[in-house]
Amino acid sequence: MFEAVLLTVITAATPLLIAALGELVVERSGVLNLGVEGMMIMGAVVGFAVANQTGSGFLGVVAAVGAGMAMSALFGFLVLVLVTNQVATGLALTILGIGFSGMIGEAFIGVPGLKIPELYIPVLSDIPFIGPVFFQQDAIVYLSFALVAAVAYFLFRTRLGLVLRAVGDNHGSAHALGYSVIRIRFAAVLFGGACAGLAGAYMSLAYTPQWVENMTAGRGWIALALVVFSSWLPLRVVVGAYLFGAVSVLNLHAQAVELDIPSQLLSSLPYLATILVLVLISANRRLTLVNTPACLGKPFVPDR
Amino acid sequence: MRIELVKRKEHSQMMAMLSPLIAVALTALAAGIIFSISGHNPLVGLYKFFIEPLTQQWSFEATIDKATPLILIACGLSVCYLSNNWNIGAEGQFVIGALFGSILPVLFPSFENAATLPLMLIFGAIGGALWALVPALLKTRFNTNEILTSLMLVYVASLVLDYLVRGPWRDPDGYNFPESRIFSDAATLPEVFGGAMSLSAPITILIAIILAIVLAKTLKGFEIRVMGESPRAGSFAGFSAKGLTLFSFALAGALAGLAGTMEVSGALNQLLPSISPGYGFTAIIVAFLGRLNPIGIIIAGFVLALSYIGGEGVQSAMGVTNEIASVIQGLLLFFVLACDTLILYRIRFVSRHGSQGEASHV
Repeated sequence: MFEAVLLTVITAATPLLIAALGELVVERSGVLNLGVEGMMIMGAVVGFAVANQTGSGFLGVVAAVGAGMAMSALFGFLVLVLVTNQVATGLALTILGIGFSGMIGEAFIGVPGLKIPELYIPVLSDIPFIGPVFFQQDAIVYLSFALVAAVAYFLFRTRLGLVLRAVGDNHGSAHALGYSVIRIRFAAVLFGGACAGLAGAYMSLAYTPQWVENMTAGRGWIALALVVFSSWLPLRVVVGAYLFGAVSVLNLHAQAVELDIPSQLLSSLPYLATILVLVLISANRRLTLVNTPACLGKPFVPDR
Repeated sequence: MRIELVKRKEHSQMMAMLSPLIAVALTALAAGIIFSISGHNPLVGLYKFFIEPLTQQWSFEATIDKATPLILIACGLSVCYLSNNWNIGAEGQFVIGALFGSILPVLFPSFENAATLPLMLIFGAIGGALWALVPALLKTRFNTNEILTSLMLVYVASLVLDYLVRGPWRDPDGYNFPESRIFSDAATLPEVFGGAMSLSAPITILIAIILAIVLAKTLKGFEIRVMGESPRAGSFAGFSAKGLTLFSFALAGALAGLAGTMEVSGALNQLLPSISPGYGFTAIIVAFLGRLNPIGIIIAGFVLALSYIGGEGVQSAMGVTNEIASVIQGLLLFFVLACDTLILYRIRFVSRHGSQGEASHV
């Protein structure tokens, strides 16, 4: 029983983890992209559609990543080149993504989906308990583990990561030192889009292998909250994502044991938990101010 | 080739007027391209989407019915955005307003007199304001990000509505359908102008005009604009940022709640599991397209309402999914934001090699 619960927690947490990691890099570069939900839902529908048409889950995932990147490129052009308001542009991206995904997905409603296969890692998957939970998963779950390590290493152990953080903390100085603020931010935004697209593909090809309108159901927004929760540190994103994964599968398991609680109350728990967590984290100024990128959300017009 | 922004010496008045028009034109162009890609005649599509709703009386009236909640919600949101408070949870405030407004007709159906309707509207405004005050209080008290909290409450609000309509508030004589009882006549907004539209349209226009006067002519309007542009300058003038956050959220919530009550007591006449086709989110676009100005918002609300009616039109006539409405709404917001750049900057295209030494910014 406990093993089964843990398995569902991992599948519920993985899309949150991937999307939040991408957004963490974007925000570290000083850009606030509120369009995660829109990029994610586009990843979900494009991934499903391509996998369905080609019969290849791999191509579906690649296409989903591409869709997320295309959406984020649109956002990047407006926010970085035309210096539009980041909050409003991110909202526009979400509205557009929900609309486009509905248009593309109309043909795929009720179509049985394709589930990407699980890869059992030899030897490790035989370990009792730990093996089935962590080493009998699909490739995207392993990729999410690798992504955490890669993002943490990149941000805090590489020169380019240092530059990226510098751009997010003080774009004026970074520009004066000769770094191309816009180019670095654009690259970060594209990475965030790729992650959101991948997270979306996980929703429609692994979590629930089908297409349902609005199937991301606010997970993109929860991913944004997770970045605040983690105070912009990659390892804390893991903790947050798994915590939220646990809260969101409560619904499933409460139904199984027939608790007499309205299902709507259980469904609202992830959103209420998000608010509670944001309050607890934000109330502690020390915790948030240390790592918050100082230029987060501020526009930059290069001085030529 | 590279795009460079050159700051204008002062805001371009002409561009401030033109940019919404350019944005609408570009959106129409993009919509035409989408129609052609999906295998339809773009001119027919555009006509059905943007023009046909205006040619027939019933669809013109339907457009006004859809514009009303958009305008009312956007008016409140504009006060938030002008004062730099990012309330994006109007959809939830609309839903909770509708629930509060429905307390009398659902729980006390025999309370039918002249006071029923005014009380419902007041309840609705209070409900919306209370729901909006949650993110505002969390922001002022705990420094919590109001974008995320107001949005999370949208999901919670729609689950509360779902619970009530399927559970305790379900119509006892409704054959188990998930809907509330139908409101009595005393709880229904009267129709005006010979039955063409409900009383909500004139109420909305009146509120927009009052708000326009308040913003332009009063100290409160001045305070809102100063705090939005420079909170530091505002604090020297003795304005309180926290107070304004609470005020603007409460006002936006009250207007959204009022819109919610007017929607259920006018257009729907009962509560259903879903009572809004995303009015709270579309109103964000209305607020920006209307340049955060109540009079501009009246025009913008009408334009966005067209997208709902036009979306239904192209769906029934051409078999294009009505999701195209929200695609066009999203594109419109993109173009509005992009065109606003022209107010502050001139755009210059430069080749890679030329103009390096030119320092023409201010």
